[in-house]
Amino acid sequence: MNAAFARALLDPHTPPPAGLRAWNGSDPARRFAVHRNNVVASLVDALTETFPVVQALVGEEFFRAMAAVFVRLQPPASPLLHGYGAGFAGFIETFAPAHGLPYLPDLARLEFARVASCHAADAVPLSAQSAAGALSCGERVGALRLVVHPAARWLASRHPVVSLWAAHQGEGELQQIDLSQPESALVVRPAHHVLVLRCDAGTTAFLDAAAQQRGLADCARAAMQAHAGFDLTATLSLLMAHGALSALTLPSESTP
Amino acid sequence: MPAGVSTLPAQAGAGLKPQHVDHVLRERPPLGFFEVHAENYMVAGGPFPRHLERVREHRALSLHGVALGLGGAAPLDRAHLDRLAGLIARFQPAAFSEHLAWSSHGGSFLNDLLPLPYEERTLARVCAHVQQAQEHLGCRLLLENPSTYFEFESSTLAEAQFLCEVVGRTGCGLLLDVNNAHVSCVNRGADAWTFIAALPLDAIGEIHLAGFARDTDAAGAPLLIDDHGRAVDAAVWALYRRVLERTGPVATLIEWDNAVPAWPVLRDEALKAQCVLDHCRAPAEGVCA
Repeated sequence: MNAAFARALLDPHTPPPAGLRAWNGSDPARRFAVHRNNVVASLVDALTETFPVVQALVGEEFFRAMAAVFVRLQPPASPLLHGYGAGFAGFIETFAPAHGLPYLPDLARLEFARVASCHAADAVPLSAQSAAGALSCGERVGALRLVVHPAARWLASRHPVVSLWAAHQGEGELQQIDLSQPESALVVRPAHHVLVLRCDAGTTAFLDAAAQQRGLADCARAAMQAHAGFDLTATLSLLMAHGALSALTLPSESTP
Repeated sequence: MPAGVSTLPAQAGAGLKPQHVDHVLRERPPLGFFEVHAENYMVAGGPFPRHLERVREHRALSLHGVALGLGGAAPLDRAHLDRLAGLIARFQPAAFSEHLAWSSHGGSFLNDLLPLPYEERTLARVCAHVQQAQEHLGCRLLLENPSTYFEFESSTLAEAQFLCEVVGRTGCGLLLDVNNAHVSCVNRGADAWTFIAALPLDAIGEIHLAGFARDTDAAGAPLLIDDHGRAVDAAVWALYRRVLERTGPVATLIEWDNAVPAWPVLRDEALKAQCVLDHCRAPAEGVCA
């Protein structure tokens, strides 16, 4: 029963399950359609909440049609809908009608990163004092490990995703954005407020390396390769100022 | 939670929406409680649990689950029960409620409250699920009557009879959604008061009120859709007054989950319910406009 019911909810070409009846003898298909609509419309609504700028860029009608295709292909695996849409960016890459807007998948990644940041675990951010203490460890400074804050997310894009996102928050003009300009984004949550910051590709490479638990010297090298002008001091200041780090320790302290 | 079905104050409450939290914390409206959907707070951290803790400091909380699938054929998800237990331990709600419905199948969450046939087999399964949930969570739960749009040919029990049996066999309480009662009864050509009067009204721990949308079925008959997207209908207010004449004051929630209005609109709808509660011992039509 449940299997036939569930299949018919997601596939508009499957007839409603057998065994339904209406009090007045009318065709139950019309009544079953209430659930069919609830399922798709409510999940499209959930995606609308997570991806408002993607919707603004393509228009409501296009977005809802695209999201409905995604919902039917990849319905949520969990009732925790905050996490629904992790695969939306990848889906947009394969969705031919959206190929005219090559920046759309990365914009979806940025919007999903905001939601993930919002609901990520709490942790005390690294203070300037703790950082200074850790950095005064002499020659072992290059071996220091950075612990990235659970609410920090980052994204290196070949498209101006931060400018496009910001233009929909009333910052800057959409028409003046150079669409050939790559941009990197840092998403942080100081004081329980999610912020999107523009950063350089060195910073995202630095965070990639830190997330792999590589030492500080290694992280800086990776950052330099991605962006020759990478400035370690400025980057650490930026990350700390926005609560993007939660610890800076020597490996012996961090691994019990 | 204590042994009773609910310790919610017999006052009006409102659903807590993230966009209203600042207003609620500033204003501290004269409402008895707030209700949240449990699944929205199943997050690792961040502003949602933090805001709920702050609201919880000065108001009772009703925790309302929408995804446990008490009415489903599949076994209950133990990880989901653990998450609910975690929320109950952290936020100490005065009531926990769930639906006579199912919403997941084969690893997909369908995000709708789906109906079940009312037969001995499904009754035994729902009772087992309610008992398992109550044991796992260490509290009695309130079971909500659903909105339905059609019936199953295989049903052998009436919905009220089914709910009476579940309440009688498991000791759970009843969350009477008066809007669902109205919607379901119009949708099956039945009288809502007859349905409500056949329910175990002494087991009511909470009442829900909400708005519905109007459509028509394939024969042109009214088809009401429980959309929680507008003010409570006059027919539902009338049924609500009649319920309170029978039960006395009961904790009453205004649900408004779609097209959520500005906070004062939701607050005023809840205050209207409070006015009805205040006058339910001496009913006077038209007092609470």
